[in-house]
Amino acid sequence: MTVIHPNMADETAKIRARDVCVFYGEKKAIDNVSIDISPNYVTAFIGPSGCGKSTFLRCFNRMNDTIGAAKVTGLIELDGEDIHGNRMDVVQLRARVGMVFQKPNPFPKSIYENIAYGPKIHGLAEKKADLDVVVERSLTRAGLWDEVKDRLEDSGTALSGGQQQRLCIARAIAVDPEVILMDEPASALDPIATAKIEELIDDLSGRYAIVIVTHSMQQAARVSQRTAFFHLGKMVEYGPTSEIFTNPIEERTKDYITGRYG
Amino acid sequence: MSSIPVGDTIVPAAAAQPLGPTRTDAFEKRLAKRYRDERNFRLLGLGAVTFSVAVLVFLLGNMLINGIGGFQRAELEVNIDFAALGVEGDATSLSAPTAVQTLEMQGLPDAVTAIAEEQLGKDAAAQISPEGWRDVAAALTSDPSLLTSKKVFHIAASSELASALQGEGSPEMLALAKKLSDQGKLARNWDWGFLSRSDATSPQAVGIWGALKGSMLTMLVTLVLAFPVGVLSALYLEEYAPRGRWTDIIEVSISNLAAVPSIIFGLLGLSIFLAAFPDLRSAPLIGGMTLALMTMPVIVITGRNAIKAVPPSIRDGALAIGASPVQVVFHHVLPLALPGMLTGTIIGMARALGETAPLLLIGMRAFVATPPDGFTSPATVLPMQIFLWSDEVDRGFVERTSAAIIVLLVFLLAMNGLAIYLRNKFEKRW
Repeated sequence: MTVIHPNMADETAKIRARDVCVFYGEKKAIDNVSIDISPNYVTAFIGPSGCGKSTFLRCFNRMNDTIGAAKVTGLIELDGEDIHGNRMDVVQLRARVGMVFQKPNPFPKSIYENIAYGPKIHGLAEKKADLDVVVERSLTRAGLWDEVKDRLEDSGTALSGGQQQRLCIARAIAVDPEVILMDEPASALDPIATAKIEELIDDLSGRYAIVIVTHSMQQAARVSQRTAFFHLGKMVEYGPTSEIFTNPIEERTKDYITGRYG
Repeated sequence: MSSIPVGDTIVPAAAAQPLGPTRTDAFEKRLAKRYRDERNFRLLGLGAVTFSVAVLVFLLGNMLINGIGGFQRAELEVNIDFAALGVEGDATSLSAPTAVQTLEMQGLPDAVTAIAEEQLGKDAAAQISPEGWRDVAAALTSDPSLLTSKKVFHIAASSELASALQGEGSPEMLALAKKLSDQGKLARNWDWGFLSRSDATSPQAVGIWGALKGSMLTMLVTLVLAFPVGVLSALYLEEYAPRGRWTDIIEVSISNLAAVPSIIFGLLGLSIFLAAFPDLRSAPLIGGMTLALMTMPVIVITGRNAIKAVPPSIRDGALAIGASPVQVVFHHVLPLALPGMLTGTIIGMARALGETAPLLLIGMRAFVATPPDGFTSPATVLPMQIFLWSDEVDRGFVERTSAAIIVLLVFLLAMNGLAIYLRNKFEKRW
């Protein structure tokens, strides 16, 4: 049974999920999750390893489609439109819902190419001058411009881990998405790089709806305004971050928050 | 446990604790054995490498020593004064396509023999290669102004005289060779013509160019057919094919195809390609098609491995910003997999280049005295030429065979070198 705090139902929800189940073959990885994601806040998914929070996140841009054995049921709407419906194209969906992965995965191309790739394939910028503008804007928003402006032709893989991850965030925002999904974006980074990423998430919130999966409760508390706690494929509790951390309703949430397991 | 000083002596700490299991003699012995094992293993590996390098060096050295002679031939020196030769012609008639025939009808061969008799003696002139006059004709057609001047020609000696120069043959011939060589009229000269002539009946007149060109044309057909088909099959199987029984069957079939003995492919080429194009017997086109069948599975298998080695995170990254599957394949997967695919291609091509058995069956073992002028004209290939020459009785062919082997190896090295260059050019790190 899911506990949802009052006032969490959101008329203006960016993403609305209803009774979503995900199956890996016979195994049920996500069990009947319903949630409204607000466009104005950073929403964090927390929970112990293997609880299905990443799997659920990957439903929002249909990345589970790439796994042959995965099957998603239930309804997921982006701005009221069914993302599995006939009118929604998966390529367009992924342009609207960007994603940043756990391990930085820049393309083995130049920094410039990494950012310009998305706008190019979607035809968002035709001329080189337009692309230059997009590249600079995206890198600036990702807080990376000053560090790399003199070496845009260097390989993206030559950057440090934290820079690579910010490059990936810049790559995601280069196509002007409406939502950015982040799958444990700082778990492979050192504390300083992590702090930069968290700062960046703060800067980006408001402009984009951000959903972040993390197994660090401190991180969730620092960057998010909404938190959902997942356990064994179920969403246990969803509410304002301050409430979840100070005044959880469910016993399991309390146990996890206080470090009883996880 | 500390010791407490009593007077000026120090009482040792109470009997030492028993040594831990990693501080016993037995452990140290085991440790020494571990290091010994490691040292032995390293020596064993080094020995294996040394052995293979030694074998390779011996093989190549032996081939080089034997083969160098194959690039030389015994030639007789004849000084021809064209003004006195009695051959007529001018710039136009000598540049006509039929010029050589015209010269032959005008009696150039006899005239050359006559001059040789005059300069070298009757016995020696009899040992001028019957085709020797063609060198003179070629010189004339390429430079008509020679008609009014003199030139020294080195004309191939007969193979008997050539063997005699090497110390083999009848006593008369040995004496003749000694005499001529003392006079400086007979010598073994560097034979550049070997690289531009084709097969012939006499080892003195053979060349490798016909077979080399045949190999190049055949390889080109093989590459053009096998590379795109192999790469596209690998991409489809890896990226698009639904996992299932059919895919498994195709996968197993391709693996088996790569292991089929090459002679079977020759039979296939014979019964299918030659049945469809009966006029193209011995043609590089058919040879290339047959070898492509053999090469393709190798490219598919290595190509699939190269595609599998592309990190899934790159694929995810591209998909997540909205690249369509075909864009993911062509913008990301293929460029990263290409170096591996090239390696596979070169392995397959190298195997095809050295292949003789399948080509035997589709008629590429014919005696072809002119280089092929296209994909459909009769040709032979380098390994086949080596096989044919090694079968010849004439002693002179032994060195020519070694020389042909050197040409084959150089061709192979050039091909591999190109592939390594391309691979390094495309290789990217991630």
